[in-house]
Amino acid sequence: MLTRTLLLGAVSALAMASFAHAETLTIATVNNGDMVRMQKLTEDFTKKNPDIQLEWVTLEENVLRQRVTTDIATKGGQYDIMTIGTYEVPIWAKQGWLLPLDGLGDAYDKSDLLPAISDAVSVDGKLYASPFYGESAMVMYRKDLAEKAGVTIPEKPTWDQIAEAAKKMTDKSSETYGICLRGKAGWGENMALLTATANSFGARWFDEKWTPQFDQPEWKKALQFYVDLMKEAGPPGASSNGFNENLALFQTGKCGIWIDATVAASFVTNPKESKVADKVGYALFPTGGVENHGNWLWAWNLGVPAGTKKAEAAQKFVSWATDKAYTELVASKEGWANVPPGTRKSLYANPEYEKAAPFAKITLDAMNAANTSKPTVKPVPYTGGQFVAIPEFQGIGTAVGQQFSAALAGSMTVDQALQGAQALTTREMTKGGYIK
Amino acid sequence: MARAVTTRHKLTFTILGWTIGFLIFFPILWTFLTSFKTEGTAVATPPQFLFFDWTLENYHEVQSRSNYMKHVTNSVVISVGSTLIGLALAIPAAWAMAFSPTKRTKDVLMWMLSTKMMPPVGVLVPLYLIFRDWGLLDTRLGLVAVLTMINLPIIVWMLYTYFKEIPGEILEAARMDGASLMKEIVYVLTPMAVPGIASTMLLNIILAWNEAFWTLNLSAANAAPLTAFIASYSSPEGLFWAKLSAASTMAIAPILIMGWFSQKQLVRGLTFGAVK
Repeated sequence: MLTRTLLLGAVSALAMASFAHAETLTIATVNNGDMVRMQKLTEDFTKKNPDIQLEWVTLEENVLRQRVTTDIATKGGQYDIMTIGTYEVPIWAKQGWLLPLDGLGDAYDKSDLLPAISDAVSVDGKLYASPFYGESAMVMYRKDLAEKAGVTIPEKPTWDQIAEAAKKMTDKSSETYGICLRGKAGWGENMALLTATANSFGARWFDEKWTPQFDQPEWKKALQFYVDLMKEAGPPGASSNGFNENLALFQTGKCGIWIDATVAASFVTNPKESKVADKVGYALFPTGGVENHGNWLWAWNLGVPAGTKKAEAAQKFVSWATDKAYTELVASKEGWANVPPGTRKSLYANPEYEKAAPFAKITLDAMNAANTSKPTVKPVPYTGGQFVAIPEFQGIGTAVGQQFSAALAGSMTVDQALQGAQALTTREMTKGGYIK
Repeated sequence: MARAVTTRHKLTFTILGWTIGFLIFFPILWTFLTSFKTEGTAVATPPQFLFFDWTLENYHEVQSRSNYMKHVTNSVVISVGSTLIGLALAIPAAWAMAFSPTKRTKDVLMWMLSTKMMPPVGVLVPLYLIFRDWGLLDTRLGLVAVLTMINLPIIVWMLYTYFKEIPGEILEAARMDGASLMKEIVYVLTPMAVPGIASTMLLNIILAWNEAFWTLNLSAANAAPLTAFIASYSSPEGLFWAKLSAASTMAIAPILIMGWFSQKQLVRGLTFGAVK
């Protein structure tokens, strides 16, 4: 009898506790500077919404991707808000895994989003995730080294101009390398750069019938150019360099030119971390004979999974974290240079931001130059940019990336790498039912 | 003369031993040193060994960003819990197989081991669904259960080999003296097998402490152990080595200290029976 009374008491106490308790939102996020800053500023949100509490789960990008994909695909309901990339948003939205964000409130101002970003996170005109920060790719170079070598890099360079400048800047005896580019295999590592580069050479991943195009002259030209240039003017061991490795090289003054995500500009100009902070010049992503600047576009976005039971509170948080007021909050606490870039027009119209971030204009130009609905010169059946927005791309992209990384390392020729890529992509696309 | 040779031999082996020991320990030492560097110094080439500006900034940052104690508590509960339940299940199983073997015993052992041969990701989705339906996702209970199951074959195998070393005649003698089965296990078998049981326990706590696949995939905010704590400090864009090193040092410190204090038991257990 006593046990039963105790048990009953415990159950009702638990029930009471859950009534009295505020709603808790679990947020899965990736570890980068802007997200960490958001985590620190959440007091502002909980003050405005005392009935909502926040739990953060911060994970490394690949772990996060695997973790949230498992959860959303099985409707596990572990997370109420997920940080996802522009790659996942259209695929997941079409699967019905994400809730359309129609409860963001009036202050959100959807029309202020940069059109390229807004397109990338919308399906059939409906917003399925709200962009937190966005990026394109651009050329960053050392103005002092360029001057010393007697070269100028125009605002819209061609690959030939980049190659010439890189070769002249190289001085291997003092460990100064003309160009640093990604070489580490991975769909989000070397294949981001190489897909964008291929786009700028007029190549495409697939033709309208989903036939892989690695046997076409454009791919050969792009890959050969990359391998030759890196051999002549790149750092040793480049086939294991990703974003962070190149960032470290550039910051310590070992690279003349680095072509990578625009978000890098805020790192290389930070005098606390970078030895070359006051010597960096910028240019658009190079073109290789066709009018295409690579169409690199990426954004980290906040999405609400269809499995959540707290959709309303979740949208409230998404709106808080991505509206204009949040930008001002960050600016007031941490300064304009630390505001998450690349999502809103109003930020780039703000003179204070332009003063604090010398790379603001070129970032905006780069983002505006990116077109994810028509990423290549020739017609394609897919959207994307530095990736192809189909579920199979993670696997295929990484496998092709390994071939190309091997070509860079010199363990196979460019032709062998392209043949390997063609064969494996054809096999996977046939398996996936794209090629009949 | 002979004495001189012995000394030289000893010296050579000592130097060799220390060198190998240092090489094995070096990554941990390097992690420890890196945790006191700034992000810039952490990636500097050539790497700086001892002469840099030591800073506690990373530890401060890690402390302020994560709830370290929550992760430690989860790690302790999960690793100790799963090991104790595993031992409770494995001791009778190993006892039965060691002292009353049948002709299928070897097959049973092999079958148990074969469950370890499947890549864990192969059962991720089915297990995730079961956990979802039973409400075990992101609970310590769920993680204790799954780690017990995946480490059980190793526990059984280790205990089986230790028990095999104990002569059956001693147990028979106990029986002759009228000991019941319970008494036989508690008063005769267990004291003789203590080093083996202890080292199995320690090794399994370490295995469970370091297990990263299931603990990351089945936890979210509440049950996340130290593996999730480490995973939150690696960054795709931006330098992170110093902070990651600080987080790693904090994550391995408790288990390292435990290993230090119990190394006598561990070594005795691992070499148990080797000289017979």
